Amino acid sequence: MQQLWLIPLFPLAGFLANGLLGRRVSKRVVTAIAVGAVAASFLWTLKVLGALWPLEEPHLERYFTWIQAGQVRIGYDLALDRLSAVMLMVVTGVGLLIHIYSVGYMAHEGGYYRFFSYLNLFMFFMLTLVLAANFLLLFVGWEGVGLCSYLLIGFWFLRESATNAGNKAFIVNRVGDFGFSLAIYLIFLTFGSLDFTRVFGAVSERPAEEGLGRLAVIGLLLLVGATGKSAQIPLYVWLPDAMEGPTPVSALIHAATMVTAGVYMVARCSVIYVHAPVALEAVAVVGLLTAFFAATIGMTQFDIKKVFAYSTISQLGYMFLGAGTGAFGAGIFHLWTHAFFKALLFLGAGSVIHALGEQDLRKMGGLRRKTPITFWTLLCAGLSISGVPLTAGFFSKDEILLAAHHHAPWMYWLGTLTAAMTAFYVFRAIFLTFFGEPRGWEHAHESPPVMTLPLAALAVLSVIGGYFNVSAWLAPLFPEVEAGHDARLVAISVGAGLGGIALAWLFYVARPGLAERTAARLGAGYRLVYNKYFVDEVYQAAFLRPVVEGSRRLLWRTVDVGWIDGAVNDIGSRACSIGGVLRLIQSGNIRSYATWVLLGSVVTLLAVGLAGGGR
Amino acid sequence: MSAAGVPLSWYLVLGAVMFVLGAAGFLLRRNIITMFMSVELMLNAVNLSFVALAYHLGRVDGLVLAFFVMVVAAAEAAVGLAIILTVFRNRTSLQIDEVQSLRN
Repeated sequence: MQQLWLIPLFPLAGFLANGLLGRRVSKRVVTAIAVGAVAASFLWTLKVLGALWPLEEPHLERYFTWIQAGQVRIGYDLALDRLSAVMLMVVTGVGLLIHIYSVGYMAHEGGYYRFFSYLNLFMFFMLTLVLAANFLLLFVGWEGVGLCSYLLIGFWFLRESATNAGNKAFIVNRVGDFGFSLAIYLIFLTFGSLDFTRVFGAVSERPAEEGLGRLAVIGLLLLVGATGKSAQIPLYVWLPDAMEGPTPVSALIHAATMVTAGVYMVARCSVIYVHAPVALEAVAVVGLLTAFFAATIGMTQFDIKKVFAYSTISQLGYMFLGAGTGAFGAGIFHLWTHAFFKALLFLGAGSVIHALGEQDLRKMGGLRRKTPITFWTLLCAGLSISGVPLTAGFFSKDEILLAAHHHAPWMYWLGTLTAAMTAFYVFRAIFLTFFGEPRGWEHAHESPPVMTLPLAALAVLSVIGGYFNVSAWLAPLFPEVEAGHDARLVAISVGAGLGGIALAWLFYVARPGLAERTAARLGAGYRLVYNKYFVDEVYQAAFLRPVVEGSRRLLWRTVDVGWIDGAVNDIGSRACSIGGVLRLIQSGNIRSYATWVLLGSVVTLLAVGLAGGGR
Repeated sequence: MSAAGVPLSWYLVLGAVMFVLGAAGFLLRRNIITMFMSVELMLNAVNLSFVALAYHLGRVDGLVLAFFVMVVAAAEAAVGLAIILTVFRNRTSLQIDEVQSLRN
């Protein structure tokens, strides 16, 4: 036994301590508890990994039976294999850095203890999700992180837009979770168990399905769940709005960890997908289209956090593309490197926002000298996400693109085009923020060391994170990929990334004003992308309006007011009218009462007498 | 049947006459005190029937009931007279037609 349960327990204890007592103790104590809990999880993870290294066999720990009903037995079982080890390192490592960063970022905010207790609770659920050894426990973590996401998006609950964004995230995720829960039900129906080992063992004994069989349906329903949590088409709409939350939340939950849960889940279920090529193809297509469309939107946004939000959606699409083309290891590899550079992009954006109190790229500019650490670290992240050779993003992205080329060349070309757009929008944000002349700000200051140190650590990881080849390490877990290494294809995708950077330089540094003129020349096409393809509006018209109007007109005014209230009111008014007649008897005139009494007794006596009473 | 020779039916007829007088008085008179006395008359008419029948049948039940009625009548007199007194204080009238509503 390696006491895996301690890993999620530390943040849970931190949540309880801060949630119950945080209001009464000083900020310093809250900080010590919250950061200490995550640090303890991180260290315990390292200890467990050290003891089990090199972790060739999955390590399973069964603690107790959670649910027992008839044939159903679901245990509180935690498992650690190489896949969950990668996730554990991302969640606890990046989580710890972001906790430290938050100490500086949230220093002047109200609800300090509330923020950290939510953040600890999130860590608990995320670690439960990652360590779960059966589908139901994974679902508990899955729902739990959704709850924490909702709580933290709406952290500034006095702002209506924040609470709306929280609701949107929660409700859109319900759609995905509906698919996921159906998938779990189908899995139980088919295999009679929810344990990963038993389900996947049973799946691997079945032949691969040609068309749309039971496994393909399960795979597609799981994909619906993943599109909700990981913000893929068609359920991605909640993620850009989720930027209403504090920036460390965007970095931790909506970039590095929670949103990658869908990729983790697909990789975990790789056996199912391999046996259902239809579902696997769907994963690849959804991922690729999401990557492409989100990147186009990202190129036109002016809110720095929105740019990175669309970037996250796009990069998650890459991960699904990797998994969908059979290269599950490459998908997780990209998850690993993405956690570093995307967390860094968000934390850097947070540092800029902290310095200026402004999120609009059009009002920034020229910050390079004022905030040098933020600038250099963001530059590292930008190079990494653009896939510049020898950075972390280069290794993982290339592996995905090569797998895509092996699967279908058009996927490679679209992916490479997306890579160019990725480089463009990230460097567009960096150039607009740090280069040129200041546009509308006067006082700016570099963030305190408690914020810049995590930035520096993540910058180092963004550069060197690719030298730990996650994909090769995970290879024993997944079916083999036969993607050859083609130097020509690598050169093309690297060229695309560099071209994107160069284009951004041309548009926003060398020839300022060119961007506006180009946008004007593109006209309607630009406006379409700038308004995010009007997807929110379409959803509004296609789903929300019918539901709201149907509820209002049919359910509220017709059924509720008309029928239900009508029936109740009708009964009430009938009682009133009957009472109105009976009331006439209650005249208050004692002699009339006495007459009634007399008549009543006479009638009663007569009745008794006629019925032959009195023996 | 009794030794005194007064037949049972005489007692019952007397009781019925007293009851009808009481009921008629309650229905027809307007003075509250008179109505109150009519009620007492009805109660005592019933008492007379009880006692006569108990004696006739040689059973004790009717006697017991008669005592109950007397106790109730005494209690009713105490409460009823108190109410009548209060009504008179509030309305300076003992006409039943003027006491129709509970309010005011």
